[in-house]
Amino acid sequence: MREIQANQIKDEIKELFLKANFYIGPELIQRLKNALKEETSPIGRQVLQMIIENNQIASSEELAICQDTGLAVVFAEIGQEVHVVEGDYKEAINEGVKEAYQKGYLRKSVVDDPVFDRKNTYTNTPATIYTDIVPGDKVKFTVIPKGFGSENMSAIAMLKPADGEMGIIDFVVETVKKAGPNPCPPTIIGVGIGGTIDQAMVIAKKATARNIGLHNKDERYANLEKGILQKINNLGIGPAGLGGNITSLAVHIDYVPTHIAGMPVAINICCHAARHAEGII
Amino acid sequence: MRTEMTDIKKISTPLNNDIISKLKAGDFVLITGFIFTARDAAHKRLVKLIKKGKDLPMEIKGQIIYYVGPSPAKPGYPCGSAGPTTSYRMDPYTPNLLDRGLKGMIGKGLRSNEVINSMKKNKAVYFAAVGGAAALIAQSIKKSEIVAYKDLGPEAIFRFYVEDFPAIVVIDSVGNNLYETEPLKYNKE
Repeated sequence: MREIQANQIKDEIKELFLKANFYIGPELIQRLKNALKEETSPIGRQVLQMIIENNQIASSEELAICQDTGLAVVFAEIGQEVHVVEGDYKEAINEGVKEAYQKGYLRKSVVDDPVFDRKNTYTNTPATIYTDIVPGDKVKFTVIPKGFGSENMSAIAMLKPADGEMGIIDFVVETVKKAGPNPCPPTIIGVGIGGTIDQAMVIAKKATARNIGLHNKDERYANLEKGILQKINNLGIGPAGLGGNITSLAVHIDYVPTHIAGMPVAINICCHAARHAEGII
Repeated sequence: MRTEMTDIKKISTPLNNDIISKLKAGDFVLITGFIFTARDAAHKRLVKLIKKGKDLPMEIKGQIIYYVGPSPAKPGYPCGSAGPTTSYRMDPYTPNLLDRGLKGMIGKGLRSNEVINSMKKNKAVYFAAVGGAAALIAQSIKKSEIVAYKDLGPEAIFRFYVEDFPAIVVIDSVGNNLYETEPLKYNKE
């Protein structure tokens, strides 16, 4: 057994959330610069320039890229040889989130009760945590500060197997069309197909954190990603929804086996600030 | 801020009907002066006061409300990152504020027909700020103070003093709507 102290987990989570909120990855920076070349709408180009400049300011001054520093989502892969000592695993994650949001002057956006009290917890906790047990003796975290402008535009459908590829294309394009300017285009569209209804959305969310430029390893799904992106960009919504040919920067599809009777399709929309960070202990 | 937009209009708050009538959907504007912030929770409280016939914690006649919940300010900065939140959540409350004299709103995203009709009736303008350009926008915020509802944390009402705050007129006072007209030009469906 490899022993990992709860404090190490806390520190790692803290660093990852600070990094994710200040720095856009090099792949995304490049994708935005390419988008600026591809965009033909003058307003669209203006918006893209502002986004690129914003990301430079945020990283050089360590300021939040977006004021909505999100609900803290953590995907953890824990090696089965790991033993967490001197503290509670979930508490360590939440403590790391709390310290990051305090230290980084990040907005605390969590309310305790969703319907009645809606009182801010002032710590940006609790985090949403998904934990998987995997072979090995390492701990891998993927953190996503998830903004709700795009989260609110997400959708799920229990399609019929007979709906096939076309059913998926139509559902994704329709969802992006309906969202219009609201989720801060140009967006990244996470699509989770298969599993159960809940599982489909979890893999859709994780797909938003795939590094931009990477496609699904299965060529058929990779082609589906490219085809859907083309159709989305034909909508004309454009950067900030003010018209143009760059409505989404990427479509990321992941799939898992499902039941003979169904084809769940979940769409998790992510804004152009596709914030995520990964770390391994 | 770099810009290739040639037609930039500089405006100052408070707004009056003369300024409003010159603002057209598609104009890129730089706003200078005081603006107020309010999100869902603050709107709920403001409209409750209006319905009870009570005074508001600030005078909104001729003013602009910016839909934002800023990040906390780092030491040495007047304000943290402060980009727009999605506007449709404020739609149920907005006509009440427009009837009370509110002249401008800054946010992002679609508005309801009720809001657009009330904007036409009351001669008001809806500006979009670029969602997610929060650190860039914050550079135009020179002063920030809480004027009401401190208990709401980031959802409190702040009064900002802004200089050359970058925004785009999306829906003007006669109802021209960039979100409808502009994407059509690029639609290839």
